[in-house]
Amino acid sequence: MAIVMDADRMARSLARMAHEILERNRGLDDLALVGIRARGVPLAERIAAQLRALTGSEVPTGALDITLYRDDLMQHQVGPQPVIRRTEITFSIDGRLILLVDDVLYTGRTVRAALDALIDFGRPSAIQLLALVDRGHRELPIRADYVGKNLPTSRQQTVHVRLVEIDGRDEVEVEG
Amino acid sequence: MGIPEMGERRRLLKAVRLVDPAAGRDGTFDILIGGDRIARVGVDLPVDGAEVVELPAGVIVTPGLIDIHVHLREPGQEHKETIATGAAAAVAGGFTAVACMPNTTPVNDQAAVTQFILKRAAAARQARVYPIGAVSVGSNGEQLAEIGELRAAGCVALSDDGLPVATALLMRRAMEYASMFDLPIIDHCEDQSLKGQGVAHDGEVAGLLGLRGIPGAAESIMVERDISVAEMTGARYHVAHMSARQSLRAVRAGKARGVRVTCEVTPHHAVLNHEALAANGGYDTNCKMNPPLREEADRLAMIEGLRDGSVDAIATDHAPHHADEKALDFDQAPFGIVGLETAVPLCLDRLVHAGVIGLPRLVELLSVNPARILGVPGGTLAEGGPADLTLLAPGHQVTIDAARMVSKGRNTPFDGWSLTGAVAATVVGGRALFVGPAALGRPALWNEPDA
Amino acid sequence: MSTVTTLRHRHLLGIAELDPAEIELVLESAVAMKEVGTRPIKKVPTLRGRTIMNLFFESSTRTRMSFELAEKRLSADTLGMTTSGSSLSKGETLADTARTLEAMAPDMIVIRHHASGAAHHLARTCRASIINAGDGTHEHPTQALLDALTIRERKGRLAGLRVAIVGDLAHSRVLRSNALLLTKMGAEVIACGPATLVPPGLPRLGVRVTHAVDEAVEGADVVMMLRVQRERMEGLYLPSVREYFTLFGLTTRRLERAAPDAIVMHPGPMNRGVEIESAVADGPWSVILDQVANGVAVRMAVLYLLAEFRGEG
Repeated sequence: MAIVMDADRMARSLARMAHEILERNRGLDDLALVGIRARGVPLAERIAAQLRALTGSEVPTGALDITLYRDDLMQHQVGPQPVIRRTEITFSIDGRLILLVDDVLYTGRTVRAALDALIDFGRPSAIQLLALVDRGHRELPIRADYVGKNLPTSRQQTVHVRLVEIDGRDEVEVEG
Repeated sequence: MGIPEMGERRRLLKAVRLVDPAAGRDGTFDILIGGDRIARVGVDLPVDGAEVVELPAGVIVTPGLIDIHVHLREPGQEHKETIATGAAAAVAGGFTAVACMPNTTPVNDQAAVTQFILKRAAAARQARVYPIGAVSVGSNGEQLAEIGELRAAGCVALSDDGLPVATALLMRRAMEYASMFDLPIIDHCEDQSLKGQGVAHDGEVAGLLGLRGIPGAAESIMVERDISVAEMTGARYHVAHMSARQSLRAVRAGKARGVRVTCEVTPHHAVLNHEALAANGGYDTNCKMNPPLREEADRLAMIEGLRDGSVDAIATDHAPHHADEKALDFDQAPFGIVGLETAVPLCLDRLVHAGVIGLPRLVELLSVNPARILGVPGGTLAEGGPADLTLLAPGHQVTIDAARMVSKGRNTPFDGWSLTGAVAATVVGGRALFVGPAALGRPALWNEPDA
Repeated sequence: MSTVTTLRHRHLLGIAELDPAEIELVLESAVAMKEVGTRPIKKVPTLRGRTIMNLFFESSTRTRMSFELAEKRLSADTLGMTTSGSSLSKGETLADTARTLEAMAPDMIVIRHHASGAAHHLARTCRASIINAGDGTHEHPTQALLDALTIRERKGRLAGLRVAIVGDLAHSRVLRSNALLLTKMGAEVIACGPATLVPPGLPRLGVRVTHAVDEAVEGADVVMMLRVQRERMEGLYLPSVREYFTLFGLTTRRLERAAPDAIVMHPGPMNRGVEIESAVADGPWSVILDQVANGVAVRMAVLYLLAEFRGEG
C-alpha cells in the first residue's frame, strides 16, 4: 500500500486545475460545477472555492447521484449494492458549460452514466470533465479535460481517495 | 352537602325503624332530610329547628323502591296508561323510581323519544322515570339503534323488550357497542321458533285447556345464548322477567364463571303457577302474560333463587292494558298484567311473612340491586343522596281492589286478594307523594306545601 | 443511515417480514427517488427492459396509478389488469391466472386482491417478485411505507412519536401495516374504534386500544384517520353516519387535544363528514396530499430495491 498523494499535493493539484479551468474557458460566466457522488461533490465545492478566491465570482455547484443510470445495476455483482442518494441540481443547465467533477476516472462508465443523467436535466452548451486521479483502463471513449494526477495502475489494484469532508483526511492511496 | 341550608325544608324522622342493608343499617335511627336530599342518618340527631315527624308503630323505612321493568305505554298507547298515571301508580305502590321499556309507539330508539319521556315524567312530578332505550331501530333486530345518542339523552339500559334481541350476532354487536357506554342489555329471552303461537306455559294445564304452549326451554335457550355472548364480549347482561328453572340454572352457571349477568323475577312468577289458568272456570285473561305462569317446580325454583341470592331483583313487568283489550278470548287477548300496586303486598305477605326472605333481602331485591344494575342513584339512604324513601307497614292488612287502582290498567289476577303488608307512604325527593291508609289514618304524614 | 444496502427478500408481502434496517433503506431510497419527480424529464433508465404486471382484483384508482407511474418513471414496461373482463371472472383460480401471465416472463407482479393472503399465495407459486398492493384486510405495506416517509418529512423522526389511528380497525389493512411499521421503528401507537370494529390481537402488535377518540388524540403527534365504509353503517356494526361522526369523527375541536404541531393523515379516499370534518381535511394539519406524492416515490424505491435482489429469499 502506498500513499501517492498527500494533503499538500492534493491542495496544489486542485489549485493548479482551478487555474487551468480559468485559462481554458476565458471567464466563468456560464460555468457550473456538478460533482458526482460521493467524493466528486466535496471536490467540486473545493474547486468552486478556489475559483471564488481567484475571481471573486460564485460558480453554481450541484451534486449528481448516478446510481439509477448505471449500466451494471442488473448484472451479477460482487459486493454491496450501491445506495441511491439525492441528486441536487438547483440551477438550470440549459446553455451552460457543465464541468463534471469526480475523484477517480477509471473505466469511464460512471462518467457515461453522468452524461445520460445530465441530458435528462437539460441541454448544456458543453460538458467538460475534471478528475482528481486518472488510473487508466478506459472501457469507453471518454477522457478528462483536467487531471490532478495520472496514476498508472493494474486492474488488481484499488485506488482509495480520502477527503477531509468524508473521511477526515486528504490522501490518495493505492492498495495491492 | 350533608348540612341543609337555611330556607330549605328540614324534616327529622325521629327514632324510626330503618332497614338499609347497603349501609349496614337495620334498627332504630334518626333520618334528617334537607330539601330533596338526605342530610344525615344517625342516632339522637339534634332537632335544630327541623320539623319532627314521628311514624306510627309498625312502619318501617327503607330506601326508595325501584321497579326496573315497567311499561308506561306513552307515547302512542295512552289508552292503556300514560307516563303521568303510571308514575302515580308507582308511588301508590311504594316505588320512588321506575325504568320504562321502549316498546312504545314510536319505539324509544332515538333521542327525541327519550327526551319526550323525560319531559312528561318531569311534568308529572311523581316517581322518577328512567328510560330504557331500544337495542335496534324499531326493535326490528336489523339495525343498531343510535345507542350513543340514547345514552346522551338519558337512557340507562337497552332492550328490545316485547321481543328478544333477534340474533346472536345482533346481541354480540349490541353488547360490544353498548359496553363503550357501560349500558347493560336487558333481554326478553324467548326463542321465537319454540314460542310459535303459544299463549300459556307448555304443560298439563294448557294441554287440558287446549291452549298452545310455550315451553320453559324457549326462555332458557336464549338465556344460555345471551350468557355465551356476554362471556365473549365481557358486557353487562340482565335477564328480564325470568320464569323457568332452566334459565336460573344457566344464570347461576354464568355467574360462577364470572359472566356479568343479573336477573329479575316478577312477584306473580313467585306467587302463582299455571294452575291459576284453570281456576274459577278457567281462561282468565288476567292470568295471561309473557313469560307465562309456569309449573310449580319453576315457581319453587324462583323462590329458591330469591332466597339464595342468585336472583338479583324483583321487577313487576307492569303491563297495563285497556279493559276492552283484555275482554277478548284467551288466544286474542294481549299478554300482560299490571303490577306496580300489588308488588309490595305480595312480597311482604308471600315472601317475608312466609319466611322465604327477610326484610333486608327484600330491600336488596327491590332497591339496592335495581339501583346498581341501572347505575342510578338510590338503593341506600346516603348523606347528600336523594331523599327517596319507602315507608312500609308490614303488619297492615289490605284487600286488593282493582277498581280503585291509580293505574289506568286494572288487569290483575290478584283482585280481591287479602294480603298482610302495605305501603304506608312514598317519599320522592323529600316530598311525600303518596300517603296511604297504612299511615294509620293520619291526614298527612307531614305537612306538604304546594311546591 | 440504514445499516443494510439490500432487502433480504425477493418479495414485498408485508411489513411483518421487514426489519427496521430494511424499512430505513426503503425510506432513504424513497427520498432520492422523490427528487426524480422534480426534474423536467421525470424518468430514469434504471428498470429499462424490466416487465412489471399490475394485477388489481380490487378496484383502486390511486394505488394502481401510483404504481404505474412509479414503474414508468423507472422506465419499466408496465402492464395493467383490472377485474372487469379478467379471466378470473370466468372461473380461473388466482394461481392459474398468475401462472398464465407468468409465461410472458414478467420480472415483478404487483397484486391487489380482496382475499387476505393472496400475495403470499402468489409468492409460493410464481417466480416473479411479488409486491403486495393490499390483500384483503391483512396488509398494505407500501401504504405504511409512504405514511412513514410523510411522517418523517414533517416530524424529522419516527421513534418516540405518538400516533393515533382511528376508524374501522377490524377491516383495515392500513392499520395492520402501519401498526407493525411504527412499532418496529419505535413509535407509540394508539388505535381507536367502535367496540364492534376492533379485532382481537392488537395488543400483541404493541398497540394500545381505546374506544374514546379524545383519549387517543390527546397529545398525539400524528392522527391517522381510517375510512369507514358506508356498508358498515346502518347494519349491525354502527347505527348511523350521524352517530359515528359524533362519537368518532375528527373535528377541529377534537384536534385541539393533539400536540401543537400534530399532522392529520388519511389513506384515502375520504368520507367527508363521516370520519373527518372538511375543515380538518383541508386545514393546515392535513398532509393527505403529501401522502399521495410520496406514494410514487416509495413505490419507485420498493421496485428498485426488489429488482436489485440478488439472494435466495
